[in-house]
Amino acid sequence: MRLLRRVQIGQVLKPVFSVALGLTLGLLVTKIAGEDPWHVFKILVNSAFGSRYDLGMTLVYATPLIFTGLSVAFAFHAGLFNIGAEGQLAMGAFAAAAIGYRLQNLPPYIAPLVATLGAALAGGIWGGIPGWLRAKRGSHEVINTIMLNFVAAGCCGWATIYLIPNLDSQNPETGAVGANFMIPHFAFFGEAPVSFALPLALLVAFGFWFFLWRTVTGFEVRAVGQNESAARAAGIDASKVRILSLFVAGALAGLVGVGEVLGTAGRFKLGFSPGYGFIGIAVALLGRNRPIGIVLAALLFGALHKGTSDLDLETENVTRDISLILQAAVILCVSSEGVWDLFLKRGRKKEAKNG
Amino acid sequence: MSFAVEFKALTKTFNGVAANAGISLKVKKGSIHAIVGENGAGKSTAMKMLYGTYQPDSGEIWVDGKLWGGRSKPWSSPSDAIHCGIGMVHQHFMLAGTHTVLDNILLGVEPIRKEWKYLPIPNFLKGIDRTRAAKRLKEISQQYGMAVDLKPSVETLSVGLQQRIEILKLLYREASILILDEPTAVLTPQETSELFLHLRKLRDEGKTILIITHKLKEVTSLADRVTVFRGGRVVGEREIQETNEEDLATLMVGRKVNLHREPPPLPALRKPVLTLKNVSLGTVRKLRNLNLQVRGGEIVGISGVEGNGQSELLDLLIHPQHYSKILSGEIEILGRPSNALTTREIKSSGVGVIPEDRHKEGLLLDRPVRESFLLGLHRNAPFSRRGIVSEEAIDKNAKKAIREYDIRPAHAYARCGALSGGNQQKWIIAREFHQTPELLIAAQPTRGVDVGAIEFIHQKIIDARMAGSGVLLVSSELDEILDLSDRILVFYEGEIVGEFNRGEASEKVLGLRMGGAADL
Amino acid sequence: MDDSILQMINSTLRVSTPLLFAAIGGMISERSGVINIALEGIMLCGAFTAAAVSLATQSAPAGAAAAVLCGLLVAAAYAFFVIEIRADQIVAGIAVNMFAAGATAFLCKILYQSSTSTPSLALEYRFQSAPVWMAGGVVILAWAWMKYSPLGLWVRFAGEHPEALDSAGIGVKRVRWFAVLLSGVLSGMAGASLSIFLASSFTRNMTSGRGFMALAAMIFGKWKPIPAALACLFFGFSDALQIRLQGVVLWGSEPVPVQFIQILPYLVTILVLAGVVGQSRAPKALGLPFRSS
Repeated sequence: MRLLRRVQIGQVLKPVFSVALGLTLGLLVTKIAGEDPWHVFKILVNSAFGSRYDLGMTLVYATPLIFTGLSVAFAFHAGLFNIGAEGQLAMGAFAAAAIGYRLQNLPPYIAPLVATLGAALAGGIWGGIPGWLRAKRGSHEVINTIMLNFVAAGCCGWATIYLIPNLDSQNPETGAVGANFMIPHFAFFGEAPVSFALPLALLVAFGFWFFLWRTVTGFEVRAVGQNESAARAAGIDASKVRILSLFVAGALAGLVGVGEVLGTAGRFKLGFSPGYGFIGIAVALLGRNRPIGIVLAALLFGALHKGTSDLDLETENVTRDISLILQAAVILCVSSEGVWDLFLKRGRKKEAKNG
Repeated sequence: MSFAVEFKALTKTFNGVAANAGISLKVKKGSIHAIVGENGAGKSTAMKMLYGTYQPDSGEIWVDGKLWGGRSKPWSSPSDAIHCGIGMVHQHFMLAGTHTVLDNILLGVEPIRKEWKYLPIPNFLKGIDRTRAAKRLKEISQQYGMAVDLKPSVETLSVGLQQRIEILKLLYREASILILDEPTAVLTPQETSELFLHLRKLRDEGKTILIITHKLKEVTSLADRVTVFRGGRVVGEREIQETNEEDLATLMVGRKVNLHREPPPLPALRKPVLTLKNVSLGTVRKLRNLNLQVRGGEIVGISGVEGNGQSELLDLLIHPQHYSKILSGEIEILGRPSNALTTREIKSSGVGVIPEDRHKEGLLLDRPVRESFLLGLHRNAPFSRRGIVSEEAIDKNAKKAIREYDIRPAHAYARCGALSGGNQQKWIIAREFHQTPELLIAAQPTRGVDVGAIEFIHQKIIDARMAGSGVLLVSSELDEILDLSDRILVFYEGEIVGEFNRGEASEKVLGLRMGGAADL
Repeated sequence: MDDSILQMINSTLRVSTPLLFAAIGGMISERSGVINIALEGIMLCGAFTAAAVSLATQSAPAGAAAAVLCGLLVAAAYAFFVIEIRADQIVAGIAVNMFAAGATAFLCKILYQSSTSTPSLALEYRFQSAPVWMAGGVVILAWAWMKYSPLGLWVRFAGEHPEALDSAGIGVKRVRWFAVLLSGVLSGMAGASLSIFLASSFTRNMTSGRGFMALAAMIFGKWKPIPAALACLFFGFSDALQIRLQGVVLWGSEPVPVQFIQILPYLVTILVLAGVVGQSRAPKALGLPFRSS
């Protein structure tokens, strides 16, 4: 029993330690720029959590990461690697913007709902394509999702510029969505546009748990992810599950559009995502593919993003680009956790010998 | 007397469990030495230490009268073993299917083209002299009478030929000590006798051969001397003249074995639960013109060397929807034509399946074993209602199964992969018997299972028959087929080449039929 | 007309050059069993290093040499994580790409007070045509080397059946290290040919997906050097075409949308993998870490 508890504590401590190590290594880089890493760290923390506004911005950045983290994790439970969240979220966001721009007359309350469903559906279809290709043609989803990211960027770029451009601006962006599509913000965070997308993300995280661990279909998804042949032998239609799983993963990523389009920008801006889809992979990895872990990991990466955004002003040479280095360091440390397992096992073996 | 190999008190532990505990063993030069034992007796571990894959915890290995390995002088890797003239044919062949036979053989010992020899670059960047290699190989294959075509890619060749390539690989490296790990597991009887012919020839040319096996008949017909392993120890060593199969079996198991059990008399036969009429599969003819029927209350055994269509038949029965395009003939499962059925419908209509490869087709190894138990039952009440899984129902039924089947460890939250083969198989049987199946398809039900569990599983199969189930038993173990089956069908190259009632067939007759021999 | 065809060939070859280096590098790594989506990041690092060193030394070859060295170092870090620590190859690759994007911008800011681009390099300190010839040479060398040398054979076995290689007494990890390092060298050169051959300076994220396009070309080329090179030329051609067609009206009244030409390589890859345009089979052990037991 004691051993069991120790292992579980290890499961919690490991990611915490990896994150700490990654941040330390990443911050040491600022030495090169002649900054004091500790000073940079303090700026980071202050800028991420220092005020209601700062906290709000952290949450604004964390919200899309919850969606993409859940997206990657969902596919992972079905034994699939979704590197396509970036493309799926672009499709979702564009769909939300297109609906909001074209259907200005929808009644309030219904309008954001329709746009939300549209975003999920568009992302879902974009995710379903590699799912279908995997299930029916046997081509690997990793490469297909990578390729579809570029295809999505191209398609969204074309549609934004040629179909529904914002004629008042030089930037590649769509026209504004109708006011009735915009979802309300929480006044608590002041200027920070913390919208209803955040509670939606938390609700979806709960739904994620309930679906995978409490429903029959969720069990089938996990069974296919664990052992496809065994699942097939048990009468589960693995092709259908694969397609469904990447559809759901795509839909989850597509929901990023809710916060980004209906919550803040009010329109689709080409290239609005600073790699939410890729950071989602790190979020899922760090969060152990569990909803609570994903929410916490998304918070961490959101805080990193917000924290580094003030570095341009507060320091001489360190720019917000340091956030990429920090993220990379954290990802590398987290993905190297297999090493800790080896050490733990060795330690345990020694203990068993002594005891 | 000079010994090619000598083990002195070798010990190797994994995670605190001794796989080898003080193994001592002498192998005469120029002899065929068999090592027998049950699954997990430590045969492979000992051989892998000789080959340098594992390091011993203590003890010594002597080769050709010299200390080669051990605690004080460990091997570092297989490449050292190769340099000492030790070669191994693994159970899973070490061949890359997409590459040519020649490239597979000369891998790691590539001859360099002469004209490149003096270029000041490392050898591994120079050109390979494939012509020279081919010439030498031709000489070798002539010397030992093992002809093989060097050009085709390995994946196009039969298993028997692939094994021959593995042996040639060792000869090309001038190995003098050859280790073969379960070499006959995948061979047809003809291929087996051909292999034995080659091995005897090799011995006569002065090679030392170590062969790991659990088939006692092969030991007595091939080996000069035999060492028996049990529970990580050597429990006996015999000259082949002074022993027989019964003696070796007793040594192997550790008690007098009586695996032969007579099932109670035939109950009244019920209606057919499985019927195949003129079933053929595709253009490659993996299955040819099968006619068979299983009725409630009987056990129909299918015997045959692996790879003669049994796996295809099993897959066809469970996943008929995948074969609809290439199937001809009719299959009826529980009275319904199978081409109209999905796997789920087959499973839920009262068909239980013990899969051929339980790790691959039966279990979720990385999850708590209760999820493996749920697999396939998950859509049925009481395990789920309206799409929602009931945790209490799983726990309650899992507890019941643990009691009923004496499963260890006695809780359902252990990681499935950590369980022993026998206990994993018991979970599968508990699951498939949760609703008494009308048709039970049992494929290799006791493979990789300890002796105690074998008896238990056989009893369960007989119980099912007594309760009126029809059982289709597929097994490559002749004893199992002979003991359990009321009728025996012999498969050869996708065809039924023999049919016997209980008591009509002997091992010898079955063995001949399995090898494709016609009437005697 | 003839002139424009010659021009087209010329620009196709030039645009294809970085792709050729990276695709051959990626192919070697993947044939040894290591997925290498870090190509993109390594290229970016190489591009920055080449620009910076060429500026400092006023010599293109020095810049290229530094880029190659830099590629080697980044690839070594990647190899350490995926071969020794057995981190997931895709996750580690993404991390390397992020790191490269951040680190190049970070260093650019420190060295040149601008995080968007390096100062531009005078024409005489840039390559004129050498990288094109080098890329051609690399393709032929890679082909001969994969086919005829022992090391080439080992690399192929490391990706196809690593246990066989191990039991033949050759260290799988060592072979994979070599392959990944070589892919780093080539990707570094790919980066150099972006910043001091095609362009006159390093600009932020200047690879813009070329690493992935190289990967796509390699898959389109069935993990074989010559077909992969042809795929690079095809992608390079469509890239050159797109630049030429910008604003050109071919039919109707609208100009050809460049986006559709840009996504062509990626669409082709998807179709190839789906078996619509020929079949492509990955090395069997691709992406699986090797444990010597």
